[in-house]
Amino acid sequence: MKSYSEIDTTVKRASKAIGFSWGVSEEIGKNIRLLEMLGIPGFRNLNSYFKVYNKQKFQKISLISKQNSSPTPYCPISAGVNFLNQLTHMEELKDISFNNIAYPILFIPFISRASYISGKKIILKIDEKVFLLNFNQSIYSNYSTDKILEKSNIINIQFLENTNLFSEDEWKELYKLSEDTFVEESDELKQKTAGAGLTDND
Amino acid sequence: MEVQLRDPKVVMKLSKLGCFHQSKLSFLRSFLNEFKDWKYNRDLFDLDENGFGNVVYSFKKKNRTYSLLCFANKIHDEERSDRVIATKWDAAFVLYDGMPTKLDLDRLSVNVPKQEGGRVSYKELTLSRANKSVRVFDYVVKSLSNGAQPDKKLLFKVGYLYRTTAVYGSGKFGLADRFRIENRDEINGPFRLEMMLVYLVRQFTFDQVNHIAKSKNPRKAIELDREICRNLGIGNSTGLGMAPFIVNHPTLLNNWIFAKEAVLKKIREIKFVDNKDFKLFKDCLKKSLTNIPSWTTDSEFQKKKIKELKTDLEKFSDYLNHILNPKVNNLFNEIYVWCENNLRDECIEYIISLMMEPYDELVKPMTNTMNSDEEKYFDIPSNRTIQDLRNLLENNYSDILKIDFSIKESNKNFWFISKNKEEPRLADRYLQNGSELEQPLAIARDIKKLYEKISNEKNSSTVGMFLVSNDELRHVIRRVFIIEKFPYAEIQDNTIGSNLMPIDMLRLKLSFFGANKFDPRSDKWLRICMFQGAPLPNELKSFDDQWIYNSLN
Repeated sequence: MKSYSEIDTTVKRASKAIGFSWGVSEEIGKNIRLLEMLGIPGFRNLNSYFKVYNKQKFQKISLISKQNSSPTPYCPISAGVNFLNQLTHMEELKDISFNNIAYPILFIPFISRASYISGKKIILKIDEKVFLLNFNQSIYSNYSTDKILEKSNIINIQFLENTNLFSEDEWKELYKLSEDTFVEESDELKQKTAGAGLTDND
Repeated sequence: MEVQLRDPKVVMKLSKLGCFHQSKLSFLRSFLNEFKDWKYNRDLFDLDENGFGNVVYSFKKKNRTYSLLCFANKIHDEERSDRVIATKWDAAFVLYDGMPTKLDLDRLSVNVPKQEGGRVSYKELTLSRANKSVRVFDYVVKSLSNGAQPDKKLLFKVGYLYRTTAVYGSGKFGLADRFRIENRDEINGPFRLEMMLVYLVRQFTFDQVNHIAKSKNPRKAIELDREICRNLGIGNSTGLGMAPFIVNHPTLLNNWIFAKEAVLKKIREIKFVDNKDFKLFKDCLKKSLTNIPSWTTDSEFQKKKIKELKTDLEKFSDYLNHILNPKVNNLFNEIYVWCENNLRDECIEYIISLMMEPYDELVKPMTNTMNSDEEKYFDIPSNRTIQDLRNLLENNYSDILKIDFSIKESNKNFWFISKNKEEPRLADRYLQNGSELEQPLAIARDIKKLYEKISNEKNSSTVGMFLVSNDELRHVIRRVFIIEKFPYAEIQDNTIGSNLMPIDMLRLKLSFFGANKFDPRSDKWLRICMFQGAPLPNELKSFDDQWIYNSLN
């Protein structure tokens, strides 16, 4: 088995060799390491992408808008790096869509990191495949395969507001139960067991 | 009295970093302190009469065991090389997480002697190899087998029986990734498992030499005297492989240097220095005056440094005994300021190490801060403005921005990775091929490029928008935001200039390891000694913490 450190280093160097800058190559190294640790076949997808990278044309997106479409497939790395570069604007847009990103698995870790930086969960949909990105700590998905995914038709990214998954009533019910660990305070306990006085107007 | 931390622009100059010495913060010393109450054992000793075979040592505590597996093999003299291009060694070692099974031993006995050519697994933690110092090893075998202890003078001049030529960890060649073990309390200092490996290798060298002597002459042979063993360490040959590490791990570098600077600051702020603490400081100085003459080298560069150190230490000793008023408040600050005004860097840094000796309570908490969660600081805050970026550059890189990179001398060298061994190398850009594959280690040059590039950018524009069309500068932009939080993260010098001394970079790292007896063999590699004078494994429960200053006798 290759260690994750070896994966990171090899991917970084391979990315530089194929033509990315050192700074971007560092990002790709960390991304593939992350995917592999989370059980998503990043290395395999990257290897496949790099085999065609200099043979086929890929669109390098610069400025990202709410809807992005190109007849030439977008480079997932360029799209990911620029998503991070323009993250504040992306958050303002809330919903962003891309038509035609090549090797979309390679796009996922950039968005996962965007989730961590923005402090918001993000739903990423690659056609029918759904990924819930949880602050770069975990990825929850209905997609589980070790296959190479060469293309996507529509990718949709949605920043989720920081809300709870339960109702106020459900909160109250459990909170009430938690109160059963507290001690009812008598007058004596009120007087003697707290730090400050009952009135502190001095 | 509040003392300021020393200015990173002064401390982080390569000429200064190249004067650092071992100290109480050093990793080999913090390793010994951490493992002193662990149970040491020699679990397997299966060597033939020539000392070839397998040996296993372990440290155990509660449910945790670390085992060193040693594989000693026959090699021919012409195969013995300290260079990383070697493919055979006298012995190869791996530190195993737990106690190995027979299957593990079999697997590792095939792979570990091959080093870079073999594969290890996540159950293995560190990997190394070593060669005999032939002249010393054979001489010791001969003496012992004849029933006589070897001549200490020759022994201590070299300082070791074996030299390691590389120690690998953190995921290399399939070893365990750092994340698998990072939550273990006993290894929360950097390179602790590498230190354990080297320390146990030292014991192997004694056991092997005794065994061979005994096999040669069972009736007459004696064992190497314990006192002699204690005064032998383990050698190490180190080349450029270490240099890029300190550039590639800026937050880690910061945490090492910051620990030293923070301890120094606290020591200088002590208003009333206890007599016994001051006495310990003076004792270490006194011992140093007799210990340092044992540091020998053929390197003119190093000879000059040692001479400066000796001269300045004598000058300092005179000041201490005849001029300094030991009753003055903030005694160590008084001393430090005098040193700054009267001594050279080699000695100033040595005295800082001495100052730490009495202060366990200040040093120990800092040893636990010398690791780094590097991933945490990887993301670039793309929403920050060009004005922010410019301010950070002007405040934190002012000396670097003064370097003129339009002249040849400032660009003379380039760093690259050799195809043969995947090791870092340094070459002349104007004389040698390969500069188009330069590694991103010319930080000063790229920082200057960044500064010039943003000169026409709007202050209110964001870093993210700048990156959209300038991603070739992404690696240094990341660093600018790291140094904002970690002031000692960056070498404040040109790492590709014509006056670069790469061994300054090696010396910095090795000083934090706890190495001494620096012996440069060129400007690109050097030999050092580790653990010379250190307690033996079965003496760890109680030992003199200042062992490193003891003169050899």
